[in-house]
Amino acid sequence: MSNTIIKVEHISKSYILKHQNAERYTALRDVLTNKAKSIFSSSNASNQKQTSEEFWALNDVSFEVKQGERVGIIGRNGAGKSTLLKVLSRIVTPTKGRITIDGRVASLLEVGTGFHPELSGRENIYLNGSILGMSKSEIKNKFDEIVAFSEVEKFLDTPVKRYSSGMYVRLAFAVAAHLDPEILIVDEVLAVGDAEFQKKCLGKMKDVSSEGRTVLFVSHNMAAVRNLCDKAILLNKGTVHMQGSVDVVMDEYLNSKDAGRLSGVYSAINKNESDVKLLKAEMFDSMGNTQDQFEITENITIKFTILCARKVPNLYAYIAVKNNQEDLLIESDTMDFLPNIFDSMKEGVNEYEVKINANVLAVGDYLLYLSLASSYSDNFLVETPGDILRFTVVDSITERGHQRKAFTSQLLKWDNS
Amino acid sequence: MSKHRIIIEPGTENSNYWKDLWNYRGLFYFLAWRDILVRYKQTAIGILWSVIRPLLTIFVMAFFGWLFKSKIPEGVPRLIFVAAATLPWQFFASSFTETSNSLISNSNLLTKVYFPRLIVPASTVIVCLIDFFVSFIILIGLMFICKFAPDIKILALPLFLLLALITSTGVGLYIAALNVKYRDFRYLIPFIVQFGLYVSPIAFSSSEIYGNTRIPELVKYIYSCNPMVGVIDGFRWCILGGTTPLYSTGFFVSIGISILFLFIGVWYFRKMEKSFADVI
Repeated sequence: MSNTIIKVEHISKSYILKHQNAERYTALRDVLTNKAKSIFSSSNASNQKQTSEEFWALNDVSFEVKQGERVGIIGRNGAGKSTLLKVLSRIVTPTKGRITIDGRVASLLEVGTGFHPELSGRENIYLNGSILGMSKSEIKNKFDEIVAFSEVEKFLDTPVKRYSSGMYVRLAFAVAAHLDPEILIVDEVLAVGDAEFQKKCLGKMKDVSSEGRTVLFVSHNMAAVRNLCDKAILLNKGTVHMQGSVDVVMDEYLNSKDAGRLSGVYSAINKNESDVKLLKAEMFDSMGNTQDQFEITENITIKFTILCARKVPNLYAYIAVKNNQEDLLIESDTMDFLPNIFDSMKEGVNEYEVKINANVLAVGDYLLYLSLASSYSDNFLVETPGDILRFTVVDSITERGHQRKAFTSQLLKWDNS
Repeated sequence: MSKHRIIIEPGTENSNYWKDLWNYRGLFYFLAWRDILVRYKQTAIGILWSVIRPLLTIFVMAFFGWLFKSKIPEGVPRLIFVAAATLPWQFFASSFTETSNSLISNSNLLTKVYFPRLIVPASTVIVCLIDFFVSFIILIGLMFICKFAPDIKILALPLFLLLALITSTGVGLYIAALNVKYRDFRYLIPFIVQFGLYVSPIAFSSSEIYGNTRIPELVKYIYSCNPMVGVIDGFRWCILGGTTPLYSTGFFVSIGISILFLFIGVWYFRKMEKSFADVI
């Protein structure tokens, strides 16, 4: 089982960026005139000005994938994830390096590639299936399964241009989910459809990988990557920053993401002319100390210092607490308890505080999001600071401690009855 | 396991290219099938368009031929004389145009899935071929109406159809690959097609060019370099029972040029194929 199935050696891919004519395609005219010019001018250094620049989308990337491994490829936008998948799926050729793949590859870089809007659902299943590399008999055998998975039985003979976007995506994913390759390459396709369908897709992907197939998976949905993959590769600016088990790599990624940027204290940097703006936000523990790490049994107090230069009607604040997977755990705004405390905001500096009760947030890392808004915001400048604070909740008190995996940290009292 | 070994390297010629192409024949079939299904979707008269367009062209070209008193062989109705040339010309024009644009119109496939790119223009040609067979009904109909029966020579027709196929595929592949990078061809193609309609022997017969002493030899030579001259002369020879002669020099020049185009087309296409996804 531990034989290497994909071997990537020193892969690089460069693109030429043109700075002056940013047109995607060259006009024949340009080529002809340039050729003509270079005949007539002895030194063509003058018209060969540095208008182009080499850009390395991938730079010396090497890794190996063994059979049956599920590898997540993560990294920021522009890190080279999609280029890597395109090279692996043979859509673009690398500039340097060598890749050896042992096995049938199916790549899914987009949901519904080649779907034709004029064709019916039935026809598109066949078309899309064959584009993804299935043979006609394979599609025939799996046809009923695909239709059942997609839940669009009733509309099979309707042109897909009349489908709702949800139906379209379901049908497209259903075809893809029934591919039967040894190696499956998937790019960000789970980012579509409603939550329930996403869950279904993820489940299907898990089934696929549990059958011993090798999966390469790119996603920004960290929960999905963690859920599905056992290994991960972190790309950064076209190079492999780190590879290893999914938990280790993911932590590195999430920490590097806003390291140094967010902590338990936020202070405004830009001096713009907003009517209402956040000057400062701080978090305090129950002892009144500034903190960014809290015990589960502690109340968390957040103080906001807001500068009001001009009164804004109907102003309110909204906060959200998010975990690393961007799941919302708490949402609240100043209108939860009426009257809205912001109605009485005075011109000048105002201070507000909110308290997150103890035993609510589970052990983990969190982000605090703040927005200030008004239904009259057209005529007023109101700042929306966004993610402002980052904090951690730990459990070093109870016996269970960090083993506690629940979504909340409520502790229950056990009694004799 | 190792039977599916794939090695990806820059610049290497894929030694299994043609085998790969064969393995993807299913996709070839489905793409052609898609184009046929889609071709006349949401049109009121559907496939009739494949008949009406060439029919109108035949009438107009026959009218002009009659107006300018172009010579036609004894005993051959003018409509059949023109139809025998219009049908292969229409086939060439549509398959040339559509092959040239095929990569652009399938760009979403090229950037998302791997397959031998040759499949796209090849499946396009097949669709045009089917259109050609449908429009052939016109010729059969005209033969019935004009009571004109072809002789044994019509059996050679597939050979000339093959020549038309080679010509349009060769030129089409070359232009398709160029079109990915230089969109100028979007404007050039309709012009070539329009121009070709007048310089190919459709309203007139090749004898009028070759037999005309006022036309200099050089012009006759250039005329025979048009590969469609060979195709059309061949079609007429088959359909009209040899009443129009085949000019051997001109004819072989046409064949030679068609085959040359095919080689250049395939060679250039394969050379550019790897960068299609980058530049399209």
